[in-house]
Amino acid sequence: MNVRARGAPASSFRSLLPNLGGLWLFIILIAGMAALPTFVSTYTVLLVVPIIGYGVALLGFNLLFGYTGMLSFGHALFLAIGGYTVAAMTSRLGMLNFEMILVVAVALSVLIAIPVGALCVRYSGIFFAFLTLAFSMLFYSFLFKFYYITGGNQGMSVSRPLLLGREFDVGQTAFLTGPFYYYALVVFAVLGIVMWRIVESPFGLHMRAVRENPDKAAYVGVNVYRVRFAAFIISAIYGAIGGAVLSTTVGLASPELAIWTHSGKLVFMTVLGGSGFLAGPVIGAFIFAFLQNSVMTVTGYWRFLMGAILVILVLFAPGGITGIVNKLVARWRPGRR
Amino acid sequence: MTSVFIILLGGVFHAAVLFLVAAGLQLVFGVQKILNLACGAFYALGAYFGITAVSVAAALGLPTALFLPVLILSGIVIGLIGAPLERLLRPVYRRGVVYPLLMTFGFVLMFHDVFRYFWGSRPQTMSIIYYLAYGTIEPLGAQVPVYNLLVILASVVIAIGLGGFLQRTKTGRIIRATAENRDMTEGLGVNVGRIFTIVFTVGCMLGTVGGALVVPSSVAALPMAIKLVIDAFAVVVIGGLGSMRGALAGALVVGLVQAVVTVVMPEVTMLSIYLIVIAVLILRPVGLFGKESI
Repeated sequence: MNVRARGAPASSFRSLLPNLGGLWLFIILIAGMAALPTFVSTYTVLLVVPIIGYGVALLGFNLLFGYTGMLSFGHALFLAIGGYTVAAMTSRLGMLNFEMILVVAVALSVLIAIPVGALCVRYSGIFFAFLTLAFSMLFYSFLFKFYYITGGNQGMSVSRPLLLGREFDVGQTAFLTGPFYYYALVVFAVLGIVMWRIVESPFGLHMRAVRENPDKAAYVGVNVYRVRFAAFIISAIYGAIGGAVLSTTVGLASPELAIWTHSGKLVFMTVLGGSGFLAGPVIGAFIFAFLQNSVMTVTGYWRFLMGAILVILVLFAPGGITGIVNKLVARWRPGRR
Repeated sequence: MTSVFIILLGGVFHAAVLFLVAAGLQLVFGVQKILNLACGAFYALGAYFGITAVSVAAALGLPTALFLPVLILSGIVIGLIGAPLERLLRPVYRRGVVYPLLMTFGFVLMFHDVFRYFWGSRPQTMSIIYYLAYGTIEPLGAQVPVYNLLVILASVVIAIGLGGFLQRTKTGRIIRATAENRDMTEGLGVNVGRIFTIVFTVGCMLGTVGGALVVPSSVAALPMAIKLVIDAFAVVVIGGLGSMRGALAGALVVGLVQAVVTVVMPEVTMLSIYLIVIAVLILRPVGLFGKESI
């Protein structure tokens, strides 16, 4: 009975309803974040800076998980690469130029993602999750044990970088909530638009085809291995840039960046916001950070609550927040029932 | 010679405990196709609860010599928590591998705070009296607590018991049939839901008993839930997902390699384990005893 209704041409009303997977939601988010410092306290802005870092990383992670259907449980590896690049370059090598740092972080992440990805994307499903987890833990143990290179569990501190060659003679908080905030936001916006181009391209369509049915996709001529590999490399690049922003915010790169629970946190944020929607994971990062912050002011047992939320989410709203809204919007659409 | 013997025995002890947790992981994966990230949390739960159980038993005036049965019993009792957790997982079995995995990650987060609430953030230890309660023996001039040997023995007994249960009992056959083909088994009139509850609970118990057995020689601390997952995963990947024999082989490999490398080159302990894991995944992705079909 639904077949005809679904196949019916879109009514003019229906076309007015927004598509939550669209770029507009992302642009609204960016605009909101750009306007944020004028409305809220410095403390709140300080809370948002790491979200930008996570946002960048999650854009990439969503390409891999949400669009290509590959659950990586070791994606934190690339955040750690970005984080340690910033730390090593600023505090060990004295190279403070942030653009340079980002370029090096991207280069390093690609260099590592090529062999790791080539091995991992031969598998999908649980084996892919396993393999990526194994590689991230390999890196974690390297960071942890080779303390004379990496600082061990103390981590490596991050000195303040130069943005566009400029030095800012202000306090750390003012730097993070001022110049760095806008700098990171611009990076985020650009990377988001690039991501939008990727997922809306024929290549993005290939990715979704691979997610839905790899065998069928291969049958109609999609090179499944290459699509997955490309998604892995791109997500690694985004992860490294996100990690670089994140570590600069925190002022420290520690082995905890690479541990498997950190990867779990990335998955959590993505599912919370809604995977497969461009802006979904970013919304997830926002909700996660503010929820965690507000729960922490009440009780120290925020993990219990977050865990419970994850369980409830998996049970009742696997599509995440964006998925729920999308469903409500779809219910409004005529021609569905 | 003596030191080599001690190192190897330490490795076997570690392997014995790892085997229990990994066997639980394998059982749950083999039958329910769930990768249980909470296996480490079960292990920690067993460790914490074991300390409490032994201190309660001591307060009731039980002789020190009886603490090993108390520990095993406490592990079995607290392992029953697997049954309600399985009920939570039930609706998401059919939604692919991602959502059950995520839910067990939610369990990990929740258990972390449960431990903090009941036992605090500081590591908990059991009095050394218990660890040495059964004395020490000195084979080849090395001093070895008898407790370590008893744990190895207990693990072997559990392994044999589990194998017998799966191979020879009716429920065991049904469990293996469910692992092979869930829909067909259900079609033949088996209450698969009940089987899943049993399997998950037994899997959970293996973890909690493992944790309870290790705690007299070690501590119960918050990071153990996260750290053990790393070792247990290495075990199942090396041995092959879903295979009991694989869990045994993998546990021995990980336990012995860890014991040897810790002495020879302590920096690379975890690194060496994960290099083996990655080598196995590249050369023989199904693991030593895995089925080719995965």
